Amino acid sequence: MPVVLAAVGFAVAGAVSGSTVAYGLAAAALVLGAISWPIVGRRFGSWGYAEREDDLLVRRGVMFARLSVVPYGRMQFIDVTAGPLERSFGLATVRLHTAAAATDARIPGLEREEAARLRDSLAELGEAQAAGL
Amino acid sequence: MSTGAPEGWHRLHPLSPVVRGGRLTYGIFILLFLVALGGDKLSNAVPQLAVTIVLVLGGLVSWLVTRWRIEDDDLRIETGLLRRQSLRFPLGQVQAIDVVRPGLGRVFRVAELRLRMAGASGGTARLAYVAEHEVEPLRDQLLALARGARHHETAQQPAAELERPVAEEHLLTTVRTGQLAVSIVLENWWLVLILVGIVAGFAVSPHTAARALRGVGFVWAISMATFIWRRFNQQYRLTVAEGPDGLHLRGGLVALTAEVIRPGRVQAVRLVEPFLWRPLGWCRVEVDVAGRQHRKGEGEAQRGQLRTLVPVASRPLAVELIDRLVPDRPRELLPPPRRVFWKSPLRYRTLSWGRTETWVVTTSGRLRRVVSWVPLEKVQSLRHVQGPLQRRLRLASVHVDTAGRGVHATLRDRDAAEAGRALAELTDLARAARRRPALS
Repeated sequence: MPVVLAAVGFAVAGAVSGSTVAYGLAAAALVLGAISWPIVGRRFGSWGYAEREDDLLVRRGVMFARLSVVPYGRMQFIDVTAGPLERSFGLATVRLHTAAAATDARIPGLEREEAARLRDSLAELGEAQAAGL
Repeated sequence: MSTGAPEGWHRLHPLSPVVRGGRLTYGIFILLFLVALGGDKLSNAVPQLAVTIVLVLGGLVSWLVTRWRIEDDDLRIETGLLRRQSLRFPLGQVQAIDVVRPGLGRVFRVAELRLRMAGASGGTARLAYVAEHEVEPLRDQLLALARGARHHETAQQPAAELERPVAEEHLLTTVRTGQLAVSIVLENWWLVLILVGIVAGFAVSPHTAARALRGVGFVWAISMATFIWRRFNQQYRLTVAEGPDGLHLRGGLVALTAEVIRPGRVQAVRLVEPFLWRPLGWCRVEVDVAGRQHRKGEGEAQRGQLRTLVPVASRPLAVELIDRLVPDRPRELLPPPRRVFWKSPLRYRTLSWGRTETWVVTTSGRLRRVVSWVPLEKVQSLRHVQGPLQRRLRLASVHVDTAGRGVHATLRDRDAAEAGRALAELTDLARAARRRPALS
């Protein structure tokens, strides 16, 4: 997405100033975008989550493959955020927080209804299994 | 606990603002001293006196508007003149109560009570300052209430335990001053080397050295010196004793602190062997206790999250302490596969991990060696991570996340299959540990 924006931006700049450098940069950005497309696709494909009986699994990353196991009982709060871009596509990000700062369980790009459902079900499970510190 | 306040409200010690002023107080004293020296013309000293009066009035007002009392299971503190604040601290969530006596506090015989609370929203309730002779009874009272509140909530143990006399403790160890000094120098040898270099530079050729050091270098040197001083000050004659409610820590050179570490609140235990300590067979024991990172202004010394249990000790002594903290210690450590040498040559020799039903242990470190024990009951989440190089070598790491910030227990660079198994195993064990009713 930033690549596309950059390409458009440079093209506009080129049109305004008539500078060939700006057009060149726009072309470079487009080429970069074309190259990175499959990588983005793979990264997209690497995201995944599974609700198990006692914990939530979140998977992500191609280069650095990460798999987090977050027990429901350990969740302190869940937040659902949707940035402007996400909102325009009807998406949202669900993030789980535990008492540990290192926990990194984030599920981006969920459909809004799915995000809401996940949030509610996680909150319910968390409540049922809550364990202290 | 001065009287005159309605229904159980107490005020802090009248000298509190003076002690809280810290450096400012010293400054005012010096200012007044200079004014006194300056001779009889009082009109010359009007600005200085005005500043002093304003500050004294400010302190007086802050003391007047601050009061506290115990309401059922809560400690309530009210403070603030313009922006009135009423703080409620549920005693059931108290993790520990520390007693802190700064240098000025010792002069005026007052001390601060610091109640460390649980939970991310917690924080620290501070009663600064209370007269010295009232501190211990108040602390015992609060601790008893805290225990009571907790039992009240969980209703697991009979209340009779509350009447148990607090006190009798069994002394375990006191840090020797010489050993502490040597250990600090050895751990920060490069710092000390630089400091010595700077001093030597000044001795040999003050001009060149001064030019080289002007500004940043000088500030840096000062900050390093204070860092070392602070550590020494904090850990001077640190005493560890075993009491009925946990381990009691006491110590300090100018500022005295006393705290209790309850076994049920320990999130992780760590044994650190800095590089230059190893030939001497010394090590340090640290524990990670739940409770939020102290905010700025709570005193530099308290900011580090890990509590040093013993700043320096011989190995057998450290092992004895760890036996108390980690009763069911994993004895069998699994070394990493050979090929890890190619990925982390410096760490290869120190990497290992082990587990029992209740604890997981990991060791790591390049030059210094760090052993971390984490109770499975306290594990927050588990992460399995595989980087590109690790994939090439069929390795993976499993991170064990705890509520503290200081301890990074990581099963680093394990065989990929083993890491997968470990993740599943630890997940199950942690679940079982959580379900088990707390031992204490």
